[in-house]
Amino acid sequence: MLTIATGNKAVASAVKQVSPDVIAAYPITPQTEIVEQIAEYVTNGELKSQYIPVESEHSAMAACIGASVTGARTFTATSSHGLLYMHEMVNWAAGGRLPIVMANVNRAIGPGWNIWAEHTDSMQERDTGWLQVYVSTVQEAYDTTLMAFRIAEHDDVLLPVMVNLDGFSLSHINQSLETVDLGDFVPPLRLPHAIDVKNPRGYGPLTGPDEYFKFRWDIERSMRDSCKVIESTEQEFSRCFNRSYGFTDDYQVEDADVVIVSMGTLGKEAEVAIDLLRKEGIRAGSMRIRWFRPFPKLDLASRDVVVIDRDYSFGYGGILADAVRSKCRAEPYSVIAGLGGQEVTYDDIAGFIRGRRPGEESWFGVTSDV
Amino acid sequence: MTEIPKEEYLFKCTSACAGCSSSLVLRYVLKAAGPDTVLVMPACCTSVIQGIYPNTAMNVPIYNVAFAAAAACASGMSAAFRAEKKATNVIVYAGDGGTVDIGIQALSGAFERRTDFLYICYDNEAYGNTGMQRSGATPTGARTTTTPGGKPDTKKDIDRIVEAHDPPYMATACSAYPQDLFKKVTKALSIRGPKFIHVLAPCPPGWRYPTEQTVEMGKLAVKTGMWVLFEREYGKVTINGPSRAAMIKPLPVEDYLGPQGRFKGISRESVDALVSLARKNAKRLSLQEDGTC
Repeated sequence: MLTIATGNKAVASAVKQVSPDVIAAYPITPQTEIVEQIAEYVTNGELKSQYIPVESEHSAMAACIGASVTGARTFTATSSHGLLYMHEMVNWAAGGRLPIVMANVNRAIGPGWNIWAEHTDSMQERDTGWLQVYVSTVQEAYDTTLMAFRIAEHDDVLLPVMVNLDGFSLSHINQSLETVDLGDFVPPLRLPHAIDVKNPRGYGPLTGPDEYFKFRWDIERSMRDSCKVIESTEQEFSRCFNRSYGFTDDYQVEDADVVIVSMGTLGKEAEVAIDLLRKEGIRAGSMRIRWFRPFPKLDLASRDVVVIDRDYSFGYGGILADAVRSKCRAEPYSVIAGLGGQEVTYDDIAGFIRGRRPGEESWFGVTSDV
Repeated sequence: MTEIPKEEYLFKCTSACAGCSSSLVLRYVLKAAGPDTVLVMPACCTSVIQGIYPNTAMNVPIYNVAFAAAAACASGMSAAFRAEKKATNVIVYAGDGGTVDIGIQALSGAFERRTDFLYICYDNEAYGNTGMQRSGATPTGARTTTTPGGKPDTKKDIDRIVEAHDPPYMATACSAYPQDLFKKVTKALSIRGPKFIHVLAPCPPGWRYPTEQTVEMGKLAVKTGMWVLFEREYGKVTINGPSRAAMIKPLPVEDYLGPQGRFKGISRESVDALVSLARKNAKRLSLQEDGTC
């Protein structure tokens, strides 16, 4: 069905169709619309989930963990400080091999209070063992949320998935949305290690170094295996619903002399910049990273690379630029832009490409007197 | 006499300290709860007592979870079981630190949301697992590794905090009175909604008394009136037999404090503070029982 929706409502709509058994969430701007919409669905009977209005994000993830280990399908949503507040439990969910799906509406971290888009929140969860995907349109937010459940709950993965969408610039904008008749695209969850009182086991007890080490490796093994599952899920999605995305969303990359790498809504903005540059005779392309964990294999050989980071690791550099530098052996021009919702237009992005200085870092809009 | 089942759900040879009364508590809790039970456990002494992977000392599933998260985790678990129409008992088994300090927010939230579960706080009045640091539940004057001069502050009254949530059932118990504990757990699990049982669990290494005196120490806590056994069922307070007797004729408080190394050299002021707090609590509970408060 073709409709108009915000990014947040698209996520809620997908969640309704997947029908989790338990949803636990705590409100935070700009995620609120997701939990409000879900509460509405539950109240009017469109969604049969148990909705637990917890008293904090730490408890939201804890409640999802407690539900998930019984074999229940679970969902939560958060943003920014909420994500950081649940950090301990974010780790626990992955370590416990629980296929929880979470929408994170990317937002800056205080102080000062800033409710606008930035990726530093989810980047701080980078090493927790969660799969991370970043979306750029309302349609993609919906489609990816559907796929996230299937991927997380797959026997070869059994790791949680975080769907990231930019605060306001995607969460609160209206775009067209084509909803699907889901059919059996997301099969019922069969958690192999679900709690069974007839076969009592201890979950997460004291674990010595040798065993602990194996559990850690098992997370990484599943993270690697998840690549195939992501691929097959995307293929199946394309077959069923005629839309496909992939690990990266490439735009005019094939013959490009210079490729701009980014994530989220800035990646869509970059496509307009590419059109602009092509008209000027600059052979530029855009590569929007969708799956940040597992990090995809990128072919960026023998061309200039510009990376936009909507995040930063102080004392080190842009986090995406670092990944591109180390995984692709590229010497990117690292642009730090869009922090705290800073406006970045396609003209600005075209400017990053025209004025690129490979190997250097630049903070957009920062002049020597700032 | 209440018939206590012979079935054991806590196996022998755990890694508990000699004379550990919290293991006694857990033994009777599980006997009352039976096999259709899941324990949710934050970091506490029983994290160690349950054994090292791949072994487990218990014959019910245990879900270990982060320190602050037990009650919230139980909320999710209970919701999932009830949605499946399963009556499985969800029991949080947490120490005093995990309850009155770091876990209090999740505890409050779960009670406010009327989660169908039983929260048991076994209270040895300090962070035992990490080597007896003071907790909010440590009584005035007690020496711990972080209050080497004796705790200057008062024990946090978690029972009154829980009472403010008006749960359908809450009680105190003590490891030295297993029949009373068994009955309270059985009753709690027959009621739907959030239930709370606060169990005093004397700790030989922490309280510094000989291991063989662990039952005696619990009895002395009750007989001196320093620990009151009561139940609150749908708002109605009942003071239980041993504490009723202690209110009429308590043993001298020194009988309880004297054998404990943690109270060695306690000041007169601290003893007076302990006694006056105990009297105040007893009076309040008596008034509540009479229905005059």
